[in-house]
Amino acid sequence: MTATAPAPAPSPDTKTDERLLKTSPLKKLMGRPELGSVVGAIAVFLFFAIVADSFLQANSLATVTYAASTIGIMAVPVALLMIGGEFDLSAGVMVTTSALISSMFSYQMTANVWVGVVVSLLATLAVGVFNGVMLTRTDPPSFIITLGTFLMLTGMNLGFTKLISGTVSTKSIADMEGFSSAKDVFASTITIGGVDFKITIVWWLALIAVATWILLRTRVGNWIFAVGGGEDAARAVGVPVAATKIGLYMGVAFGAWISGQHLLFSYDVVQSGEGVGNELIYIIAAVIGGCLITGGYGSAVGAAVGALIFGMVSKGIVFAEWNPDWFKFFLGVMLLLATLLNHWVRKRAEATK
Amino acid sequence: MARVQTGVRAVGAVLVAVLGVSLAGCSSTGGKRAEDARKAAAAQGKAAVNTPRWTFGMVTHSGDGDTFWDIVQNGAEQAAVKDNIKFLYAHDDEAQQQAQLVDSYVDKKVDGIIVSLAKPDAMKGPLARAKKAGIPVITVNSGSAESKEFGALTHIGQDETIAGEAVGEELNKRGKKKALCILHEQGNVGHEQRCDGAEKTFDGKLQNLYVTGTNMPDVQSSIEARLQSDKDIDAVVTLGAPFADAAVKAKDGAGSKAEIDTFDLNEKVAAGLKSGTLGFAVDQQPYLQGYEAVDLLWLYKYNADVLGGGKPVLTGPQIITKDQAAELEDYAKRGTR
Repeated sequence: MTATAPAPAPSPDTKTDERLLKTSPLKKLMGRPELGSVVGAIAVFLFFAIVADSFLQANSLATVTYAASTIGIMAVPVALLMIGGEFDLSAGVMVTTSALISSMFSYQMTANVWVGVVVSLLATLAVGVFNGVMLTRTDPPSFIITLGTFLMLTGMNLGFTKLISGTVSTKSIADMEGFSSAKDVFASTITIGGVDFKITIVWWLALIAVATWILLRTRVGNWIFAVGGGEDAARAVGVPVAATKIGLYMGVAFGAWISGQHLLFSYDVVQSGEGVGNELIYIIAAVIGGCLITGGYGSAVGAAVGALIFGMVSKGIVFAEWNPDWFKFFLGVMLLLATLLNHWVRKRAEATK
Repeated sequence: MARVQTGVRAVGAVLVAVLGVSLAGCSSTGGKRAEDARKAAAAQGKAAVNTPRWTFGMVTHSGDGDTFWDIVQNGAEQAAVKDNIKFLYAHDDEAQQQAQLVDSYVDKKVDGIIVSLAKPDAMKGPLARAKKAGIPVITVNSGSAESKEFGALTHIGQDETIAGEAVGEELNKRGKKKALCILHEQGNVGHEQRCDGAEKTFDGKLQNLYVTGTNMPDVQSSIEARLQSDKDIDAVVTLGAPFADAAVKAKDGAGSKAEIDTFDLNEKVAAGLKSGTLGFAVDQQPYLQGYEAVDLLWLYKYNADVLGGGKPVLTGPQIITKDQAAELEDYAKRGTR
């Protein structure tokens, strides 16, 4: 489990250090964790380009990218958390929680919806802090702790919504002040050359860029790899393990907030029972993208490509108009193939190193 | 750790500050205040009878947070208030769990049980126990075929196949040629029956599309993908009210001309029918299913009445179009239609 973080800044007397040996750009590329998923993504893309004739239309590709972005916005921070060696099973329902808080706060207070949006950001981040603090302060693994959070949030989503709204979905906030501007930010459509792209794609790309920068260009990135690679060793060399992990959970919470606001402002009412099961999709996307389940290895770009594969497969099956009875089966086969290919490419890449 | 605590404290402080600001940052439109104004005239329900306070238990196959069953429950609760009934409600979408819930009501010796038969085989045993314990049972929603066999007094609901057939006929009337049936729960028998029913009477071609009902963006992008790949589709039928809205967005995204139609009603569907973004809705009147179930149990306890002579009492399908939408919008808003 080696970190792919850059070598420390060169000092004059380490010219012969093996870490500073020049490697060819090709070899560098072969060593990237996302390489396998990129090859897998190209394979899936070519496959559907051949079997589904409408797949290559610009509008179809915009739809696929939208599907990928809604998964990717969460898959990127989830991947960072996994590189840091932890899981978050509450990520799926946290999206719904975030949307519910914005909607209900604005509605009940008859406040400008932006107030609800800000309150929801703080509340969602608080859930992330809760996960992180519980994990670093107590003994159980993140799997158990976030499973607890997952169940609590699922119950609270339903319980509070019913208690406050009287029904299991929130009331419409579409007629309230601030709605249209918030919709522009979280759920608008951008038309480029006659093709409609959803704004979630922009959020997704921004998150990929920020996450990649953090991972590869900052000290925090080194901490994340170190914490995931070996917690005790990282602590021994002075990495703030607790703060790093709490930060990673807050990152997931931030992603959940963006997704949640998108959900709210696309449909202006939120069903309180939604989101269950999505946490697995985020983890799957990160794993397809080359993140190791054991931590310490992976990349944000890889997770994004994993989300793209997921988006292409799930929508490609629809474009290909295959018998819907077999939908889940096709999905499973495609995902398995993509992951195996990904794995094979990585093995080859490591062998040629 | 000290840093963490300061962090938490800071978040708390900001939260308090925002709460303060929010009172200033009010919205002059919509929201709770508008709802309160609407509610001001509404009267509070009171028991209309002085029969003993019986306890009725209702067990459904509803998943968590299902809007449809919420309306059923509203109906049952309002009838319970009127009939001086103590009303208990439980639900689980797993057949085995639902059966255990019925068993526990039998153990509690409630005075009547209302149960949905979406997974009839699992309910057979618990209903036999109820019969043995002398507890009257009414089945609701699904299971009209099994209701009598299992010893229930009567069944209140909609025959899903008949409802589907009504959709097929309505699509014919509207001159549709190629329709898409959106199933948001793979493996739900009622959903299959609806789409099959529609296919039976529809003269054009009807195809099924499965989507993940718990993930709205997935529902939308899947429908959008299908509409993009097949421009001939001129009608989309969703099987639940919340999905109609996603279908409308998918249609816009795909630049399709298809008409969006749906099963079930809610506030947004009523508004959509009124504005013309939706073609028609097939309502099975969930409020009626809950209300009648409690009321008929009360009638049985009080007067040994049985409605329908043991034959299923149908609550739907009622086809709702633009004409009725305006009238129903207010009722949908308060969660009873």
